[in-house]
Amino acid sequence: MPVSVTNSQLIYDTLKACDVRLISALPETWLVHLIRLADEDPEVTLVRLAKEEEGIGISAGAHLAGVKSALLMQNHGFLASINGIVSLAHLYKIPLLMLISYRGEFGERDPWQTQGGGVTEALLHSLGIPFKRLDQPAQVAPGIRQAQTLAQSALKPVALLLCRDLMWEE
Amino acid sequence: MLRIDALQAVYSELERCVVVTIMGAVAAELQSLGHRPSFFYLQHAMGLASSMGLGIALARPELQVVVLDGDGSILMNLGGLTTMGRYRPANLIHVVFDNESLLSVGGFPTATATGSDLAALARAAGIPRVDAVDAIDAFAAAFRDALAARELTTIVAKVEARGPAVFLTDLPLLENRFQFQRYLRTVREQGSTAP
Repeated sequence: MPVSVTNSQLIYDTLKACDVRLISALPETWLVHLIRLADEDPEVTLVRLAKEEEGIGISAGAHLAGVKSALLMQNHGFLASINGIVSLAHLYKIPLLMLISYRGEFGERDPWQTQGGGVTEALLHSLGIPFKRLDQPAQVAPGIRQAQTLAQSALKPVALLLCRDLMWEE
Repeated sequence: MLRIDALQAVYSELERCVVVTIMGAVAAELQSLGHRPSFFYLQHAMGLASSMGLGIALARPELQVVVLDGDGSILMNLGGLTTMGRYRPANLIHVVFDNESLLSVGGFPTATATGSDLAALARAAGIPRVDAVDAIDAFAAAFRDALAARELTTIVAKVEARGPAVFLTDLPLLENRFQFQRYLRTVREQGSTAP
């Protein structure tokens, strides 16, 4: 499976450096190494979800309890989380660090991923969620650090789009 | 059994816990008995109160967390029941007030009115301790047993579909949110769980 081990490790190490100690996730191909790293790390609590919207509630609880968290999801998981983002995270000013695997862009071979790919950025814009694309390894550490800083200062959800060139090696 | 009577019966225990409630009648009734800084009322995001309670319980194992859920809310997040059953935090008590209706929006019947069994669903989801009660004394006993058990417990309490006349309270959402966060920070700094 040509998911980048190196870049997954880079993302994971940056999350740890940003004090993330709880990670919720729903498996998707591009996230397999990140989820494995979290599972093997005794310093991090990995919460495997049934549906991504649960992760909004879990991260909200963790934030109010003083623990920094991150959410790993596919862009379709982001679509499935929107009510929680609006009526919990936005309503109650809860920071969320969302790492969203950006399926359905140029290069996507799976027909079923293409519809979600076409609406992801438009939805982030319309929800007022600051986001940045991560295409290259050099963008990872500053991108995640700055996203975390903004999430914590603005008390709002932010998103990083994990893009094909970063996550997939072929 | 009226839900507010059930809340009154365990209020002295709730005062010593971190409590997350769902919106509407449950939030208004608990506030009418007396707000505490350790009470958080999730006034929207239907279904996610149980997930919030799970997040707090996992983040802070030293706290006793209580979620006051409802049939309509848990039916929106049955997957979350399996997530709770998977991680089983010993410091979480999950109370589901089942009035078989969506009372806050006009009393439309939920699936529990036609036979869906929330206690059976909780057991099947992997919740290690599940109680089903329909009277005040049994509810209070089940709640105290759950506190003593130190094991994830879901208590399904059948209650009448009656609530307060108004759901709006004079506690703004963000005031509640920041007060609750500050409370959780303060008890950590003090190394204590008592409010």
